[in-house]
Amino acid sequence: MVERTQTDGAFELVDVSVSYGNEMAVGGVTMSIPEHAVTALIGPSGCGKSTLLRCLNRMNDELGDVTVDGTILLDGQDIYARTMDPVELRIRVGQVFQKPNPFPMSIYDNVAYGPRTHGLRGKAELDAVVEESLKRAALWNEVKDALKKHAFELSGGQQQRLCIARALATEPEVLLMDEPASALDPISTQQIEDTIAELKESVTIVIVTHNMQQAARISDRTAFMLRESMDRPATLIEIGETRMMFTNPGDKRTEAYITGRFG
Amino acid sequence: MIAASGWLAIVILAAIAIFLFFNATRSFEEVGLWKMVSGEFWYPTSDPAQYGFLPSEAGSLWVTIVGLVVCVPLGVMSAIYISEFASRRFKDIAKSLIEFMAAIPSVVFGLIGLALLVPWTQKLFNLDTGLTAFSAGVMIGILTLPTIVSIAEDAMHAVPQDLRMGSLALGNTRWQTAYKVIVPAASSGIFAAVMLGLGRAIGETMVVLMLAGNSGLIPSQPFVSARTLPGTIAGELGEVIQGGQHYSVLFAMGLVLFVVTFLVNLAADSVLERQRRRWRR
Amino acid sequence: MRTSRSAARIRSARIAETVAKSILGTATMIALGIAVFLIGYLAYRGMGYVSWEFLTQAPRKAMTEGGIYPVIVGTVWLTAWTAFFALPFGIMAGIYLAEYSPRNRANRIIRIAIANMAGVPSIVYGLFGVALFVLQMGLGRSIIAGSLTLACMTLPVIITVTEEALRQIPRDLRQASLALGATKLRTIRKVVLPAAAPGIVTGSILALSRAAGETAPILFTAVAFFAPIADSPFDETMALPYHMYIMATSATKPAPQMVWGTAFVLVAGVSLINVVVASWRARQRRKIRW
Ligand SMILES: Nc1ncnc2c1ncn2[C@@H]1O[C@H](COP(=O)(O)OP(=O)(O)OP(=O)(O)O)[C@@H](O)[C@H]1O
Ligand SMILES: [Mg+2]
Repeated sequence: MVERTQTDGAFELVDVSVSYGNEMAVGGVTMSIPEHAVTALIGPSGCGKSTLLRCLNRMNDELGDVTVDGTILLDGQDIYARTMDPVELRIRVGQVFQKPNPFPMSIYDNVAYGPRTHGLRGKAELDAVVEESLKRAALWNEVKDALKKHAFELSGGQQQRLCIARALATEPEVLLMDEPASALDPISTQQIEDTIAELKESVTIVIVTHNMQQAARISDRTAFMLRESMDRPATLIEIGETRMMFTNPGDKRTEAYITGRFG
Repeated sequence: MIAASGWLAIVILAAIAIFLFFNATRSFEEVGLWKMVSGEFWYPTSDPAQYGFLPSEAGSLWVTIVGLVVCVPLGVMSAIYISEFASRRFKDIAKSLIEFMAAIPSVVFGLIGLALLVPWTQKLFNLDTGLTAFSAGVMIGILTLPTIVSIAEDAMHAVPQDLRMGSLALGNTRWQTAYKVIVPAASSGIFAAVMLGLGRAIGETMVVLMLAGNSGLIPSQPFVSARTLPGTIAGELGEVIQGGQHYSVLFAMGLVLFVVTFLVNLAADSVLERQRRRWRR
Repeated sequence: MRTSRSAARIRSARIAETVAKSILGTATMIALGIAVFLIGYLAYRGMGYVSWEFLTQAPRKAMTEGGIYPVIVGTVWLTAWTAFFALPFGIMAGIYLAEYSPRNRANRIIRIAIANMAGVPSIVYGLFGVALFVLQMGLGRSIIAGSLTLACMTLPVIITVTEEALRQIPRDLRQASLALGATKLRTIRKVVLPAAAPGIVTGSILALSRAAGETAPILFTAVAFFAPIADSPFDETMALPYHMYIMATSATKPAPQMVWGTAFVLVAGVSLINVVVASWRARQRRKIRW
């Protein structure tokens, strides 16, 4: 089993552009994402937040005709280098999706899915990983007596925390979250936010959200993206300390967006 | 009027069962259902005539087994590849080729079988005749391939993309994702594909009529000429006296065929329905 | 530490993937190879015989010379009558299932019946046709009896494609019409059906083209070894699939153009219809976008 000792999980993006086919969706993004902090990506719909997020674990590779230019370093290592296997990258960089997507199997098997894939076999060890991951995702108390239950029997919010636990079970350094609470009710949202606050002790979190209050509440840094016209790619307008971004943004467009004048 | 049309399917299905049954009653009375179903000899023209279905049943069984051995592995593997590994372009080409194949009438498969498969079988296995259960089975396997590929592919396609992405994001390869998540999630659809393929294989008429050889004995292995249920009906109905004993025996045979395929299709349908419910979240 | 151990594991997972992919890929290539081979072989054997004369003349000299014009006409008539019988009922039943039927037990039974009708072997339809249409109704071996049999067989497909085409129409469209005070029937007639028409037409034509290639259901209900072009739908007829079958299996050595030329005409006809319909459908799709 892998010890969670690393103090890393920091991204460095240099001039990153993403194209779907011939159309460039995101252009020239340069930013850094510090380790063990929550970085929020905000911006109006269609500005490429999900697209940029998917670059960080190379999920764009799976969509077909997508090209990523520029450099993305994870702890100094180029993740688009020929020697980097996306599978290896994704063990280090986990993802939680917008809609809860538990696999059609038991709660236990969902969480154990990643560790098993990566060779963990012993029952005691698996039990330990499952328990720890569910605890970290703040789901353990609710499901500890029903680990054999089918995952589809959980509520939406519980399913989403199960997906977080599933991602945590492979011990990622980074957790990417694409609007993880947008399909959930307020109470479940609150629970997810609490979970995130605890998780940032041990993992780097990058979260996409449409909810300004949420970004303000949970993130340390905020990046604002915008696509100003359909025939130009989206760009990064600015990134900074969340408190600064929300109280004293450096860019007029950021201010307009945050105060709800467009998007 | 519109509602009445809705019920038409039930009416026709019931009418099929009823007409088969009533036209077969004479054989039930004069020969007996059990004696037909379990009879070993098919000598409809000797005196007294013997109407045992076993030669046809065994022949159908061999043809079906050979057919499934050809089409199930090939079809399911192709479906997995097309659904999980192929590029979009390849997928389009593959699907239209499969669709094209599905549009070829079965009598044409029979013709090509006569021209190629029958002589090949004869030479390859050094047989007296290439008209065997094996040749018919292989051709039926090929004919059933499009059914299995497209239904199994549909079943895997219906698995939400979220699950695929969820598995890949955990650091699984596409293959791990396919066999650990997608195939289990689509298993009932894949099973239904096999069942529907089975139904087609049992009921297919022209290919067995043209390729199986229609001999009278109970085949103990597939490399001999054999008769089948559909082949016997199609081959003999034209020559019998309408309303006669032989005629009604053929209807009894049709009834057996109808019941068997009905059960197979019912199984496939109930499994498919479960699958449909599952993803209606 | 972590990287070295997981690197080995990833490498073996990748190798497993490569192996699996090449096995599955080979299976796919075999399946597609068979399809390509079938097409190529049919074209190779049959295309050379197809000429204007072959398509427009009657067979001569005990079917060793001449063409297959009456055979083609027979298949066209059979298919047209099949459409006449199957389309109205099939489309109405599809409308019923998509628009009216409540989600209940009775409905579930209708659906099971439709699914099972589609799986009834074609020779069983043949028996049914003989018993009901040829004998009971006294239609004799005729185009009518044959196409009624084919219609029964095609019905479940037409019902299914109609229902699916209707279900693709967004709910908003219906509600927009109902909100304007239109009745349900009017909404279906004026809004839903036209929007779903391309799907229904395409699916139905494909189903009918399948029916045109069926042999077993017409074997005892409609066809004859030789028949002149029918004067009325109550006459016997020749038909492409049967003609091909009887030529291929006749004891005397058949004339190759009669066998392979007919097979080619049959398959080319069916696939031509498929291609035309599919491209028309694609164009319609581009026009209407939800
Ligand atoms: N798979 C894809 N193929 C082609 N184009 C895509 C794909 N995914 C996204 N795009 C395009 O890229 C642009 C950015 O999309 P993206 O989904 O990244 O935006 P987003 O900021 O996440 O929006 P939202 O807030 O609505 O989720 C859009 O113009 C979209 O049309
Ligand atoms: Mg998004």
